[in-house]
Amino acid sequence: MSIRLDHIQKHFGRSQALSPIDLDINSGELIGLLGPSGSGKTTLLRIIAGLETPDDHPDCRILFGERDVTHVHVRDRRIGFVFQHYALFRHMSVFDNVAFGLTVLPRRERPSSGEIRSRVMQLLEMVQLSHLAERFPAQLSGGQQQRVSLARALALKPEVLLLDEPFGALDAKVRQELRRWLRHLHDELGFTSVFVTHDQEEALELSDRVVVMSNGRIEQIDTPETLYRQPRNRFVFEFLGDVNHLEGEVRGGVLTCGEARLTLDLDDGPQEILLRPHEVQVAAAPSADAHLPAVVTAVVPVGAEVRIELNADWMDEPWMATLSHGDAERLALGRGSRVYALPRRWHHYPDSRPDSQQPDVSGDRSAKSGAKRRESGATV
Amino acid sequence: MHKAISLPFARSARRRVLPGFGLSLGISLTFVSLVLLLPLTGLVGQLKGLSLSEYWFIISEPRVVASYVTTIGGALVAALVNAVFGLLMAWVLVRYDFPGKRLLDALMDLPFALPTAVAGITLATLYSSKGWMGQLLEPLGWQVSYTWVGIALAMAFTSIPFVVRTVQPVLEDLPAEIDEAAMSLGARDGVAFRRVILPHLWPALVTGTGLAFVRSLGEFGAVIFIAGNMPYETEITSLMIFVKLQEYDYVGASAIASVVLATSLALLLAINLWQGRFIRRLHGGRG
Repeated sequence: MSIRLDHIQKHFGRSQALSPIDLDINSGELIGLLGPSGSGKTTLLRIIAGLETPDDHPDCRILFGERDVTHVHVRDRRIGFVFQHYALFRHMSVFDNVAFGLTVLPRRERPSSGEIRSRVMQLLEMVQLSHLAERFPAQLSGGQQQRVSLARALALKPEVLLLDEPFGALDAKVRQELRRWLRHLHDELGFTSVFVTHDQEEALELSDRVVVMSNGRIEQIDTPETLYRQPRNRFVFEFLGDVNHLEGEVRGGVLTCGEARLTLDLDDGPQEILLRPHEVQVAAAPSADAHLPAVVTAVVPVGAEVRIELNADWMDEPWMATLSHGDAERLALGRGSRVYALPRRWHHYPDSRPDSQQPDVSGDRSAKSGAKRRESGATV
Repeated sequence: MHKAISLPFARSARRRVLPGFGLSLGISLTFVSLVLLLPLTGLVGQLKGLSLSEYWFIISEPRVVASYVTTIGGALVAALVNAVFGLLMAWVLVRYDFPGKRLLDALMDLPFALPTAVAGITLATLYSSKGWMGQLLEPLGWQVSYTWVGIALAMAFTSIPFVVRTVQPVLEDLPAEIDEAAMSLGARDGVAFRRVILPHLWPALVTGTGLAFVRSLGEFGAVIFIAGNMPYETEITSLMIFVKLQEYDYVGASAIASVVLATSLALLLAINLWQGRFIRRLHGGRG
C-alpha cells in the first residue's frame, strides 16, 4: 500500500520538530528514515503510525493508498509497529503476545481459537521461535524478543509496517542477522515498510530508498547508491561517512594553508573541500598538483584494508585514509612516517554548511547550486 | 523479604567487593530484636498464665467477636475503596502533567505524617450532625459518624498512601510504549487497560491494598472519635484492647492483641509469598 504525506508539520511547544514535509512512498517499498537524533525522523514515523498528531493545517493529509487516514486513530489505521525496546507484554507468554492483536478483534471479526492458534504458530515459525511459544519475554534474548515483536506486529497482516530503530538495542552481530532477515521478510510478504535509524550503514544496506533528515527537514530522498555517489548537500555528504576537511585560501587556482598546497579550479577566496578516506592516497613524495605533507599517527589494519590516521599543522582535525595492505607494506608505513597525501577526488559544497543554514532554506536550493566535484589524475 | 535474607547466605562463599556483611547483619538483627521482637515476645509472655480454654473464653466473648466483625468489615470496605481511588490517584500522578502535581504528590503522604487522633477528631467534627458534611448528608438520610461508614471512612483516610505509594513506582516503570503497542494492535482503551496495564499493576495493587487492610485492622486513633463506640455495633477490636487495659486486665488485652497480631502477620506473609510468584514470572524466573 502506498503512503502519501502532504504538508506534515509538528511543533512541540514552541520548538519545531518537523518543517512542512511532503513524502511519497510507493507500495511495497522499504524506506529508511535516516538522521541524527533530534532530526524529526521518529516524530515523522509516529505521525505516519498515528501515535502522534501533526499540526493542524488545511493541506495536511496522510493517505494510505486511496484511504485518508489523517484523522484515523492508530488502532484503526491497520499498521504494524515495532518499537526499539520491543514493548512486549511481559506478563504474557510469547504465544499470547503474538495472538494479542487477533484476540482483541471485535467478536464478529475474531477468528476461532483454533484459527488463532494456527496463525500464531505459523507466525512463530516464520520468525523461527515456535519452540519458545510458552516462554515469557524476560526469558528470551534481545534478538528473540525483537523477532517476537515483529511477529506480533504482523499478526493482523498489516499492509504498512513501521519500525522505530528496530535494531538499535541489539549487538552488532544480531543486528546484521535481523537486518537481512527483515529484508527477506519484506520481499516475501510484500508490505510497505518504513524504518527509522541513525545508523547510515543500516539505512544504506536495507532500504530501497533512504530519506535523509536533519533539523526537521528532508535533506535528500534517493536510492542508497545515488545517495552515496551524489549527496545533494554537505550535510548529507558528512552524515553518510567519514570526512576529511581541507580549509584554505585559494589564489589563482591554488589552495594554500600553511605548508599545504593543492591545485584546484575554485574561485579565489577562502574555500573548503571535503574528501572521503578512500579518496585520499598516500605517497612518499608530493605530486605536481598536491603538496600535502603529513605524519602518520596510527596504522590500524581493519579487514581487507589498512586505516591510517594522518596529522599535520595545516589540519584542524586528523585525516583518515584507507589503503590496501599492499600499498601500506610498500610504503613501510608506521607511526611517525612522513608521507604526502594525494587527493584522488574531492568534493566542494559552496554554501550549505549545516551550521550556517537558515531555517527557511528548502532542500531545493543546494540542488540548484549543485555540488562541485572533480576527479584528479593523481596516482601513487 | 525472605529472599533478601537468604541470598547473601547462599553466596557468602564468594568474596564481595564491599566488606561488612557480618557487621551490618548483626546490627540489623539487634535492632529488629529490640524494636520489633522484644515487645512481641513480651506480649506473648503475658499469655503464659492462661490456659487454652481461658484464652478461648477471652477472645470469643460476644462483644469482642462483634468488634472483629466491625473491624474486618470496615477495613475491607476501606481497602477496596482505597484500591480504586489509590489506583486512580497513582495513575493521575504518573501519567499526566498538571499544575500543582507536586503538591498533590506531597499531600499523599499527609495521612502518614498527621497524628491519627487529629485526623479522627477532624473527621468526627466534619461528619457529626452539626459538621459541614454531616449537615449536608443528614437530610439525605445518610448517617456517617457513629456508624460503620464513619469507621470505614477513617480507616480509608489513614491507609490510602499504602496503595498510592506501592502502585506509583510500578506505574512509572511501565513504559508508555506498552499502551501504544496495545493500541497499534487494535485494542480499545478499556481492553488495553484490562489486559495489558492492569496485569502489570496487579501485584503492586494487591500488595498496597493488603497493607492498607492490615493497617486498618489495627487503626485506633482515627477511628474511635467517629465510631461512637456502641457495644456490639461500632466498637473496633483495638478499642477492646484499650478497654481491657483501662481495667488493668493486661492478660485479656494481650489475648485480644495476639489475635490481631496473628491475623496481620499471616496476611503480610501471604501477600509476600503471592507477590514473589508474580515477580518471578515478570523477570523470567530470575527475580
